[in-house]
Amino acid sequence: MTGPTTIDVRDVAIERGARQVLHGVSFSAARGELLALMGVSGTGKTSLLRALSGLDPIAAGEIRIGDVHLQPGRVPRLRELHRSVSMVFQFHHLFSHMSALQNVCLSPVHVLHESRAAAERRGRGLLEMLGVESRADAMPHELSGGEAQRVAIARALAVDPGVLLMDEPTASLDEARRRDLAATLLQLARQGRTVVVATHDTDFARACAHRAVMLEEGRIAREGGLSDVLRVF
Amino acid sequence: MSSRLAIIAIGLLLSSAKVVNAQQAPELRWGGDAEGGAPFVEADPRDPARLIGFDVEIAELLARDLARAPRFVQVAFTSLDASAARGDFDIGLSGIEDGPARRTRLAVTVPYYEFREILTVREADRDRFRTLADLRRRRVATLGATLAYDMLVAAQAEHGIVPVTYEDDVHPYSDLALGRVDAVVLDYVLAERGVARNAGLANQEAELGVGRYVGVLAPDRTALRDRINGILQQAMRDGRLEAIFRRWNMWNEDQPRLYARVLASDATEMLPANASAATLNVWDATRRYFPSLLNAALITLMLSCAAMVLAVVVGVLIASGRVYGPRPLNAVLTGYVEVIRGTPLLLQLFVLYFGLASFVQLPAFLAALIGLGLNYAAYESEIHRAALEAVPQGQLDAARTLGFSDAQTLALVRGPQAFRLALAPMTNDFVALLKDSSLVSVITVVELTKQTSIFAANIGSWLVPGALCAALYLVLSLPLARLARRIEKGWRRE
Repeated sequence: MTGPTTIDVRDVAIERGARQVLHGVSFSAARGELLALMGVSGTGKTSLLRALSGLDPIAAGEIRIGDVHLQPGRVPRLRELHRSVSMVFQFHHLFSHMSALQNVCLSPVHVLHESRAAAERRGRGLLEMLGVESRADAMPHELSGGEAQRVAIARALAVDPGVLLMDEPTASLDEARRRDLAATLLQLARQGRTVVVATHDTDFARACAHRAVMLEEGRIAREGGLSDVLRVF
Repeated sequence: MSSRLAIIAIGLLLSSAKVVNAQQAPELRWGGDAEGGAPFVEADPRDPARLIGFDVEIAELLARDLARAPRFVQVAFTSLDASAARGDFDIGLSGIEDGPARRTRLAVTVPYYEFREILTVREADRDRFRTLADLRRRRVATLGATLAYDMLVAAQAEHGIVPVTYEDDVHPYSDLALGRVDAVVLDYVLAERGVARNAGLANQEAELGVGRYVGVLAPDRTALRDRINGILQQAMRDGRLEAIFRRWNMWNEDQPRLYARVLASDATEMLPANASAATLNVWDATRRYFPSLLNAALITLMLSCAAMVLAVVVGVLIASGRVYGPRPLNAVLTGYVEVIRGTPLLLQLFVLYFGLASFVQLPAFLAALIGLGLNYAAYESEIHRAALEAVPQGQLDAARTLGFSDAQTLALVRGPQAFRLALAPMTNDFVALLKDSSLVSVITVVELTKQTSIFAANIGSWLVPGALCAALYLVLSLPLARLARRIEKGWRRE
């Protein structure tokens, strides 16, 4: 099911001011793999995702994502990184002054320099794939939590990234929506994307992840198949 | 405790003794504008606490003969009539011109000095600009709310000159020397002084009109006015007035003729030859002045809109520089904001227009636009900086993970969202700017408030001009506030 390695994290440490939130974390993920980053709140899952997406620097170690190499103190080649890595935030962070479709098309038009018409066509296609095409013209505050999340996924997929990072995607979803999301993420992985999901929702992880990394107090406690990693739950 | 009470009691006794003393020596409160300068009223350069000028000496003469102590009350020149009518002082003396409006609304003394209005031009134009008729489409300066201003308004209709009003009598001449205006019309007392102070100016011989200085009192003070008339006439007879004007190098052959007429006839019938709007009643005057008020309102609107555009553009640049720029740039921009916010707009306008005149001669409207625009840019920059910083970090993170550069994030995400937050305070700022634009009259731009004060001075009342002016400001500002509210509402719905 999985292909060559696309994410390689080696001995990564992350600091928040004087506090070290991650201590020498190493793991990798392959093309077509859906990896669950697990652990209770405050174990460093979100910090790790932010480092993978180039939002925050790392204090030690290195991260390789495709051709991009992130090191402590080095300014990453963000454009190149963001062509291959997209992130869906826990609170979606849809641009509040734009409609759902405009949110999806913004990056293709201004970063990939696609024509507006082509970007809109593709944007509508993504919204349709995620089942929210009818909400294309709605403003973010008019969307339900589940709709907003699917629009945020469509926005992240609009640049056709090889790696999709998701932070606590089930936080605002009911059971039915969780099942839909799990199916969607598996479909994205099948299309050849690497999907990394930070979650503390074990049922959701069991439903979709190929593999899991369990973080405890900023360190990897277990890593491997879902049944091994989640045996204590 | 008892000693403290004793001290308080002694203090009270002393202060009540002072009051009794003051009541024993009644005052002659006389109003004037020390900004008018010599030879009328000015602070003594050797002792600024003391006033000098021929009007000061006349006030002292009157006080002496009335057995009172003279006490000066500072009042802006254009407010002297209104202040006299209110009874802020017993008599106003500050080169106040005789005129029918004054006579109908105030108790006016006999004239004590006669002057001629003359034309001052640059030496090089002496043969070209001999009369107002030669000054078609040329800028001709004078003091606002004076006989000379009325003459220029008449010449505007007749000869197509462009009247430019000043708040003081020094800058018309310095601006003439600099080439900002092509002529000045004022009385020869001021003209002589202007020519003496500025090289390259010349007074034309021909007289454009004749005016007389009078004292003004509240309309019900006719008894005091009559006593003062008696004192002035006596001073004309015994040479005391002559002595005062000789001290100020103002005595000439016109004065004995004036005094002879004043002493021989009923001087209150002597009116200036070219009394104009002042003879009209309030409603006729309103009809006559309303078009010029509308014109002035248009200038206010144009100036405010252009200055606001400049303020927003510069304000956004400053805010962006402070949010995104390196530390030295941030320090420079913060310095700009603090200096501009910490100093009066009036001072900035003076420096920009008069202070920099020897380096760069900005036209008055442009100087007003730049002055207002750059001043409000400092306030705008704070609004936009706060708005930029109020955009949630999550929005910026999302933009970054989508591959936008800082500039793209600012233009596509942060800027538009910040603008929505800034709209309400920006509207406030615009309304404030609209009203602050009245300050530019000090650099000769006749906008709504200035035109109103000229109107009010000419008809001798603020009631109708003030109400019209307020109505016009509301007409300008209310639709804008409504529009801003509608936009905001629309955005909130989004």
